[in-house]
Amino acid sequence: MEQFLQQLTNGLAVGSIYALIALGYTMVYGVLKLINFAHSELVTLGAYLGLTLLTSLALADRLGPLLGVLLLAVMVMGLIAVVGAMLDRVAYRPLRQSPRLSAVVSALGASIFLQNTIMLIYGARYLNYPHDILPKMTIHMVGIDVPLVRILILCVSILMMGGLFFFIQKTKVGTAIRAAAIDQGAAKLVGIDVNLVVLLVFLVGPALGGAAGLMLGLYYGQINFAMGWSYGLKAFTAAILGGIGNIPGAMLGGLLLGVVEAMGATYISFAWKDAIAFLVLILILIVRPTGLLGERVAEKV
Amino acid sequence: MTDMLLEIVDLHVKYGNIEVLHGINLKVTEGEIVTILGANGAGKYTTLLTISGLVRAARGAIYFDKTPLHKLPAHKVVKEGIAQVPEGRRVFGTLTVQENLNLGAFVSRDSARVKRTREWIHHLFPILGERRHQLAGTLSGGEQQMLAIGRALMSEPRILLLDEPSLGLAPLLVKTIFQTLREINQTGVTVLLVEQNARAALKFANRGYVMELGKIVLDDEAQALISNPEVQQAYLGGAA
Repeated sequence: MEQFLQQLTNGLAVGSIYALIALGYTMVYGVLKLINFAHSELVTLGAYLGLTLLTSLALADRLGPLLGVLLLAVMVMGLIAVVGAMLDRVAYRPLRQSPRLSAVVSALGASIFLQNTIMLIYGARYLNYPHDILPKMTIHMVGIDVPLVRILILCVSILMMGGLFFFIQKTKVGTAIRAAAIDQGAAKLVGIDVNLVVLLVFLVGPALGGAAGLMLGLYYGQINFAMGWSYGLKAFTAAILGGIGNIPGAMLGGLLLGVVEAMGATYISFAWKDAIAFLVLILILIVRPTGLLGERVAEKV
Repeated sequence: MTDMLLEIVDLHVKYGNIEVLHGINLKVTEGEIVTILGANGAGKYTTLLTISGLVRAARGAIYFDKTPLHKLPAHKVVKEGIAQVPEGRRVFGTLTVQENLNLGAFVSRDSARVKRTREWIHHLFPILGERRHQLAGTLSGGEQQMLAIGRALMSEPRILLLDEPSLGLAPLLVKTIFQTLREINQTGVTVLLVEQNARAALKFANRGYVMELGKIVLDDEAQALISNPEVQQAYLGGAA
């Protein structure tokens, strides 16, 4: 039982990181019908910028661990948001009127470019996050000792997802984003500046991805220039699991995938961890290709 | 004529290298109901898209109350007081009726006015009030058409552009929609209507234009067009 609860909390923490990354894929796909393959590199960049800022500014020493890490997260999110907007401006916007395949190729190119840039700047070796930033304490709950960092990641992710959900569902601008995702032409006809919606999506998605990168660094303690590839693929799986283009779907898909993966690694075999994740993807594509929450309403024509 | 609201001057539009509008001239006075008739592919649809800014003009100009529209991006055209009800309705299917209406008022900042306009639309189309929390995609075709008109009205336009509002609707429903459009017109909203249902359109309008292959071939009072033998032959199915 204890092992089960440990793996459940572990799966939820990792899953919430997947969910944050998946949101970036799903939001861009929703509005542009484009898979932003370079998104995973923004996650990596978030992890590296987090490390650089952490060591150079010593925020944790000056402000205390919690406030320091929080400020660090805000800085990383802001920086990655700017990189995301630049990525759209340089790699995608010039191709907006081109065939969709051109933008996909450009996305792959941007991904390779960013990954290699990170490698040239930081080197190809694994880098370690300082292991004493967050106190190594555990909190006793539901009969087990849960590491503080795990609880923090889960809480912060859920807060961010809740905030995003509120923004998308309840605000005027959020509704405009959903409208642009459904029908860009009709959105323009009611006076929505679709270019602005795209910019917004390329600020919010990467910001969440950057936060996810920082969390990966804090949780696992080791980062590498190629780490984005595997987390990106998992998050992409999560987005499809929930129904790509669907924001609550990405959140659900991420959490679910994290838990399934953790359970599979524990009770089946650790070596099969990735295979289990992708088996879930294959099953979903066969049984319910629109994902768990995709296409809830049949459009009448 | 006095209060010229919309004026299209020598409008040419190209899709790629192919010119589809070859110099359109069209005028709409404030308060009028004007219809554009024509077969499929005559260029009616393109004309409306160009007014709304979704398609760029290759040559020529569009003025709305002296403002040159052809230089504005689509989302700014709405702010000038022009709203379009697109062909096929194009409501936002996975949003609620209420959200669709509120998006219609995306450009306005005065929430009290938005509320008043919404109440007026609920009065015009009571069904939209009753179904405000329902997803727009679950409405019937006629209800979606009402929602599309309501959404366009939410921006309090001075001119309403309608593209085939009768398409795919039962005759009785078409009659209701045209009645409501007249009611809307009587509040001072100018109407420019593109229709294939020529008979209904000419009964409803003050004036009409007939388009063929990207050109305007005829324009006259609606009554005169109804009794014009050529129009009867081509668009009204023989002698009226």
